[in-house]
Amino acid sequence: MDTVIHTNKLTKRFGDFIAANEITFDVYRGEIFGFLGANGAGKTTAMRMLCGLSTPSSGTATIAGFDIYKQAEEIKKNIGYMSQKFSLYEDLTVLENIRFFGGIYGLSDRQLKEKSEQLIETLGMKSEVKKMVGSLPLGWKQKLSFSVAILHEPKIVFLDEPTGGVDPVTRRQFWDLIYEAVDSGITVFVTTHYMDEAEYCNRISMMVDGEIKALDTPAKLKQQYSVTSMDEVFYELARGAKRSE
Amino acid sequence: MNNISIFIQKEFLHVFRDRKTLLMLFGLPIVQIILFGFALTNEIKNAKIVVCDYAKDAASQQIIEKLKASQQFEIQNILLNHKQIEATFKEGKIKMAVVFPANFNNDLLHQNKTQVQLITDASDPNTATTISGYASQIIMDYRNELMQLQDLPYQIDTEMRMIYNPELKAAVNFVPGVMSLILLLVCVLMTSVAIVKEKEMGTMEILLVSPFNPFLVIVSKAVPYLALSLINLTIILLLSVFVLGMPINGSVLLLYAVSTLFIMTALSLGLLISNSTASQQAAMLISLMGMLVPSILFTGFMFPLENMPYPLQLVSHIIPAKWYYIIVKSIMVKGLGFSAIWKETLVLFGMTLLLLVVNIKKFKIRLT
Repeated sequence: MDTVIHTNKLTKRFGDFIAANEITFDVYRGEIFGFLGANGAGKTTAMRMLCGLSTPSSGTATIAGFDIYKQAEEIKKNIGYMSQKFSLYEDLTVLENIRFFGGIYGLSDRQLKEKSEQLIETLGMKSEVKKMVGSLPLGWKQKLSFSVAILHEPKIVFLDEPTGGVDPVTRRQFWDLIYEAVDSGITVFVTTHYMDEAEYCNRISMMVDGEIKALDTPAKLKQQYSVTSMDEVFYELARGAKRSE
Repeated sequence: MNNISIFIQKEFLHVFRDRKTLLMLFGLPIVQIILFGFALTNEIKNAKIVVCDYAKDAASQQIIEKLKASQQFEIQNILLNHKQIEATFKEGKIKMAVVFPANFNNDLLHQNKTQVQLITDASDPNTATTISGYASQIIMDYRNELMQLQDLPYQIDTEMRMIYNPELKAAVNFVPGVMSLILLLVCVLMTSVAIVKEKEMGTMEILLVSPFNPFLVIVSKAVPYLALSLINLTIILLLSVFVLGMPINGSVLLLYAVSTLFIMTALSLGLLISNSTASQQAAMLISLMGMLVPSILFTGFMFPLENMPYPLQLVSHIIPAKWYYIIVKSIMVKGLGFSAIWKETLVLFGMTLLLLVVNIKKFKIRLT
């Protein structure tokens, strides 16, 4: 199996506080890798290091085969990112947002045109194209935001709690988009709070107090802890946590 | 390069979508120009003057002593030749020149009638009228004293000459002031808010994760405000020429060149503020309280700097708007060329360079 993310003892310290402590794991091509943990467990910190938003204090990592210290620019071209805060421009229209984000990834005008038509078709947003993004419901914004994050066909897409604040039905629709992306060969790295979403992942890592405490498929984790749902796995693991928000 | 043009287009869209702000940006200079039409009067202390004494007799000496003794004046120099007067004015060091003709005392004693010439720099009309008033008062006092000693109808005419702005248009004073304030407002406030907004909305993260050069993010943000400022500048100049009837005596090109420099200073200030704050409110507060208010106080167009205590005058040196104000007045009112303003321009240039260096050092490519 191809390894697209490889980390070795990746650590981030803020003064005395160790936000992420010697994280080591591999993510394989085409999988959906769930990155779970309670608030303050260090998920976002870890993810930000992988995206190049934050410099690790120690340890090594490669993303899509590129070193995070030396080849940050190459990594940027090969990843997509959707942040926790919904992050499109609310005062731009749907089409303008698509064009802008495609444009900064260097897509040509022709590519942009093709891609945006295709994307709008897939999302069924034809009548919303000229609407300001700010006027769309949150679920739509999230779907659009995800589609924009993979517009440049990255090898890996990082999703930081992509479905916060929407109902289960909308979440399910969002996951349909994720599956489509995976089918096209994109690896998905996703953090979440929702345990129903955890079930959708191929493999899951659980972070507690800045360390990875468990890493396996949802089925095996449930088996290991002799429970029937991911909720219980989460509870078993997070119970020992010392820090929380 | 295609990237950056897409980025700049997007920034213009942000600006044009926000109609209220846009209206404010263009409405503000117009309203200010019209409002400031009401001139302000100020009391003046320690105005620097020169004396050109062709007479060197008892009467001229006594008047000079009186001028020296007064609170209002501070005699900088006694000139030998009136040709030096203009040069001294151009250096901007003095507010008034007092010229005594030869035979001043003689004329006074034998013909009972003589003249003093008061030349003032009327590019600041309030100051000019006020100080020439003070000077005439002192001269009249001297005449009255003489008349008490000897009951003769002595007469000392004061001949006023205003240079640079003989019609005493107050516009020459506030137009450059409004220019510096508006440019500051647009550049510092709007730029810092625009950048901080991206941080607040979370879009900055997306931009930093993208291969787009983070430095260009900032450049693209600055471009629309540079353009808006130049448009604003043009509106102000058109208003002042055609509505207020204030001509631009110097080179328009030079005026635009130094204005662009000042805009850059303001943009880098805005950048510094946005680098140091995390919320739009904080950026706005710092821009208004930290930048705009000191600029209004220390630029010299509302409150004469000469009257301020020395420490405050020192503070005024670090206000970029003060230097820009001096430059604009020199070009617009006195019609001076680059050779007269290079020092002030250099100060602005130095400030901009310093701010940019600090910005680049401070600017974090990574968020943490």
